[in-house]
Amino acid sequence: MTRTLTSEARRALTRAGLSQAKSRGFSRRSFLKGSGAVIVTFASAGVLDEVSGVLAQGFNGTGSPQLDSWIAIGADGTVTAYTGKCEFGQGLYTAQMQLVAEELCVPFNRVRLIQCDTSITPDQGTTSGQQSHPTNFNKTNLALAAATARETLVRLASARLNAPTQDLIAREGAVSVKATPSRRVSYASLIGGKTFEVQLNPKAARIHPRDWTVLGTPVPRVDMRAMATGEFEFVHNVRVPGMLHGRVVRPPSPAATVMSVDESSVRGMPGLVKVVVKNNFIGVVANKPWQAAQIAEKLRVTWTPGPRLSPQRDAYQQIRKEPSTDTLLVDSGDVDQTLASAATVLRATYHHPYQMHGSIGTSCAVADVQADKATVWSATQSAFPTRNTTAAILGFKPESVRVIYTRGAGCYGINGADTVSYDAAVLSQAVGKPVRVQLSRKDEMAWENYGNLFAIDQRAGLDANGTITTWDYEAWSAAKGGRPGYNTPGNVVTGTLLGLNPAPFNPRTPAPAPTQPLNNNSNTAPSYITGRVGGSRNGAGVVQSERVLSHRVRSPFFTGPLRAPERLQNTFAHECFMDEVAAHVKADPVAYRLRHLNHPRLMGAIQAAAKAANWQTRPSPNRRAGLASQDPPSSNSTVSGRGIACVCYEGDNGYVAMVAEVDVNQATGEVHVTRLVVAQDCGPISNPDGMRNQMEGGALQGMSRALGESVTWDEEKITSIDWRTYHSLPLGFAIPRIETVLINQPDEEACGSGETAITVVAGAIGNAIFDATGVRIREVPFTPERVKAALGSRT
Amino acid sequence: MATLTLKVNGRTRSVDVDPATPLLYVLSDDLELRGPKFGCGLGQCGSCTVIANGQAIRSCITPVSMVTSAEITTLEGLGTPEKPHPIQQAFIDEQAAQCGFCLSGVMLTAKTFFDKNPRATDEQIQQALSGVLCRCFGNVRMLRAIRRYAKGPAV
Repeated sequence: MTRTLTSEARRALTRAGLSQAKSRGFSRRSFLKGSGAVIVTFASAGVLDEVSGVLAQGFNGTGSPQLDSWIAIGADGTVTAYTGKCEFGQGLYTAQMQLVAEELCVPFNRVRLIQCDTSITPDQGTTSGQQSHPTNFNKTNLALAAATARETLVRLASARLNAPTQDLIAREGAVSVKATPSRRVSYASLIGGKTFEVQLNPKAARIHPRDWTVLGTPVPRVDMRAMATGEFEFVHNVRVPGMLHGRVVRPPSPAATVMSVDESSVRGMPGLVKVVVKNNFIGVVANKPWQAAQIAEKLRVTWTPGPRLSPQRDAYQQIRKEPSTDTLLVDSGDVDQTLASAATVLRATYHHPYQMHGSIGTSCAVADVQADKATVWSATQSAFPTRNTTAAILGFKPESVRVIYTRGAGCYGINGADTVSYDAAVLSQAVGKPVRVQLSRKDEMAWENYGNLFAIDQRAGLDANGTITTWDYEAWSAAKGGRPGYNTPGNVVTGTLLGLNPAPFNPRTPAPAPTQPLNNNSNTAPSYITGRVGGSRNGAGVVQSERVLSHRVRSPFFTGPLRAPERLQNTFAHECFMDEVAAHVKADPVAYRLRHLNHPRLMGAIQAAAKAANWQTRPSPNRRAGLASQDPPSSNSTVSGRGIACVCYEGDNGYVAMVAEVDVNQATGEVHVTRLVVAQDCGPISNPDGMRNQMEGGALQGMSRALGESVTWDEEKITSIDWRTYHSLPLGFAIPRIETVLINQPDEEACGSGETAITVVAGAIGNAIFDATGVRIREVPFTPERVKAALGSRT
Repeated sequence: MATLTLKVNGRTRSVDVDPATPLLYVLSDDLELRGPKFGCGLGQCGSCTVIANGQAIRSCITPVSMVTSAEITTLEGLGTPEKPHPIQQAFIDEQAAQCGFCLSGVMLTAKTFFDKNPRATDEQIQQALSGVLCRCFGNVRMLRAIRRYAKGPAV
């Protein structure tokens, strides 16, 4: 039955599979080629139906309770691990190999890893939100599987060697008797080529981080060599026999609908195979990609325009007027009274625009849809959910669709990878042949799921000593769609164009009183409040009079998770406001934060960052701030400042503080970030070099988002559609000195580290600008025009 | 359509294409090379960079008919996983990538610049890369790798 078949398939993968990959550096295609017999079996012999038996065993995003779903040991001793958490440039592939090698006590180079293939890996939902470490590196899933495998092997060896388990030790892919190491038996001879047939054992002991020899070390990424030499296979490079090329024709504005399509406008064009129209979805298929692009360009479509868009300049006011879904996360019930009796009340409003993922490669997918089954090579972060939603679009059962995760360009959240997978599937189904679709730059940028726009009001009540006694947060944000999950393909553009709705929007005002303990996974609550709900107290701070109220309105544009989704926007507002309050009472920003916190790990990160930055204790702004502004604007009117920001990422998934140092040219409004010091605590560190790479990249990506990036639109359409109109910092900009402080916590659980640093960048830079100039910029991005205007209005 | 002959990575290749086709499409579709990538199709990001007669060019906006007499080198033409070119080795040593999609633009732009300006300063390197994008922002490591390459192999 199913398990046997799957096990055979896996053994074949293990046996025949991955030597080619080893010799060529990591390459997905090498895997598939090397294990071609198995893949052919899967694809051509109706095996997908049988595989679904395995999928039915609790495969719903939560992994699998079966050890054989995670680990197979081949007759040659090679370990093949299967994971539902994928690599997209963050280094997770190598880190998961380290995890398996460490926990299973085998050499690193004997481990193979297969990620996110709906036919053969466990369903772990989506790889996102820096959840891969919490999910796979603690006491469940892949880590537990490797630990269970080791303990099972020791138990098997105990019988084979006739020695009690406590006298045995697992090492280098073998189990030996501690006292007489010559008495040993290899994993291969214990189980090679056979299945474990055991369940994950929740009591299987993890190897303590203090004893790690593979985890915790800077193992170089196994894919780096193939990437650096142009050999690495991205989804863009997948080629399937008989493959055609598609392009989509998106509407001219967000709500436009198709009136008519004039196919005669492209008749006779070289390479044309078919024009495909389904509801408001339009695509063309051609023999070659350049032909497809030209046909898509030429195709005459008459559109019925949608309603005009509300002007961008009104966006932050407009969202306050829309119907909203309201949520109270925390409400101590006394905020209005405590504010009324406070010695001082401060208030400020912060604005954060829509921003893009802006992947450097436009999204691409290849689909091979046959009469009753389909294969999709997709860079989606959600292989299993994409399988289900693609099946819904095609009219198939989920088990008839196989999604093979194949890497795309860095996505930083839900870029166009999901939607282009649907594009390819629809076009392939229409022509009965494999179709590859790569989006144009404009189609990527005008239609992706943007990071949400936010307007945030903050109010703080202070006592006579300048201590915060009340914190009142009220925010309006705009959203539409998001990740499709397992059943909402309308959450991305292709699904909607096909006539499937995004997740419904149900206004609800006022918000019901909070009943659940605070889950701060969007960092909606500031770190400085107690976060009391009922008897629970999940905040990181001491402010007891507290209210956290959110209004979610419908966005005209698709939105979705963008690296540190909502956490970044909220943290910008929290950390700048905290700085405003500190400045008002003339307190040092570091000391003032510490005074309002009681979370040791966040406080530790703040102290580590401050120490590494040689933070000088004094209030902001710098006493010289603004002095230069007395002069006529000139090239020497540059002033300097420093700022700090911090966060408990998602409440409990990583702790970070950043000190930014900036120069502000007061004549031009240009902000030059000269130094970023990042201290980060993400539990026990799996790979220090990988973590550092994420911190450095996150710091600079955050800087690009803080200084320049904003989605723009006019009354008809999105106008930020390429790299001239959406302003990412190029590689050539003068980068700040970046110093990373890694706080290793071997006795804590593993947290993520991919989104932690970026969350605090806008706050740290905004606070540094204030320190330098005495002017508070409350809207991202801090463009020269905006900074200059703010400086000009300074009195 | 026309039959054109190209010299790519030291080999002569014949392709039957529309002469107006951008070089990138020919390289990645007809010749199935993986180094140059479609990033924007507008010459704005650098992902499609190849070397043609010693110059780093943007293959996404270069008609293939313009380079039929050129010696074209793509990222995979520089070196192999077993024997990387020194600039590739420098990037491997510095672990100077995240997703790796931009590497043709970064490495080939830096290499052609250094081949002509062996004594370039950090500022000049940055200037040379001012039209290249890396959305993972691997700047710190990439600049370190480029400096390592510029210094030549350690003695």
